[in-house]
Amino acid sequence: MMHLWLPMTLAAVLAGTGAYGILARRNAVLVLIGVELVLSSANLILVTLGSADTSPLQTGQVLALFVITIAAAEICVALAIVLAMFRLQGHIDLTEPADTEDTPARSTSGR
Amino acid sequence: MTTRDVVFLLIGLITAASAILSVTTRQVVHAALWLVVCLGTLAGCYVVLGAELVALVQVLIYVGAVVVLVLFALMLTRAPIGRQPDLATPLVQRIAAAVLGVATTGLFLAMLVPLVGQDSVTPVSGDTHTVATATFGTWVWPFELLSLLLLAALIGAFAVARVAGAISPRPAPADRGAST
Repeated sequence: MMHLWLPMTLAAVLAGTGAYGILARRNAVLVLIGVELVLSSANLILVTLGSADTSPLQTGQVLALFVITIAAAEICVALAIVLAMFRLQGHIDLTEPADTEDTPARSTSGR
Repeated sequence: MTTRDVVFLLIGLITAASAILSVTTRQVVHAALWLVVCLGTLAGCYVVLGAELVALVQVLIYVGAVVVLVLFALMLTRAPIGRQPDLATPLVQRIAAAVLGVATTGLFLAMLVPLVGQDSVTPVSGDTHTVATATFGTWVWPFELLSLLLLAALIGAFAVARVAGAISPRPAPADRGAST
């Protein structure tokens, strides 16, 4: 027996913390950490609601597994973008003004 | 307060505290390490809720692969060791972010807590067998679609990481995450 408002409260705290992390960080990798926290909050909501659900489809847990997979794909592409940004611009500070001029590296091998 | 409540409260407090530390710490690598604590204890929360397969996958994928990938990205972008004063945005933006974060928490609380009610229920999460049966039965096509998504992410990560390859062609760590 347990009260399901406890996991829901934790999910709310994680979502708020993740939103703060996304907005208050300058380093691109640290922004991604905030995104991970928000995704974890969504996962916790799915598992919590799934544990109150008696259908044989196991929607909550299966969707939580899918979200974990999507998060892995997302962070893989996002970190590739961060690495490309570091190589092209030499920093990963998201508050710097954008560098819009075409670099030689991009025009030779990029599309 | 039942036993599960007390256990969840203990684990959940660690989760929340490490999450807050991971977004507020001034040291780049510490943020990634606090994320390990946060995601690991979240796996404990899943165990308390009865979803042991999700907890295991959480440990394998998140703590195992994603955090390693984040640490690799920090190393490849030459993240400085030690305290960084310029890691956070200006104070005004941080205050606005904190207000928005608290507002998000309040919104979620107002929305989710009435949804589950105040009653004490027994979690009826299925075991690994029933979850596997559901995954490879009803959910098999979304599951296959996800494998396609992983392949697309792998190729996309390769393509994006090669854009700047003319300067220094070194292997991107992105393929590690997609293959796990």
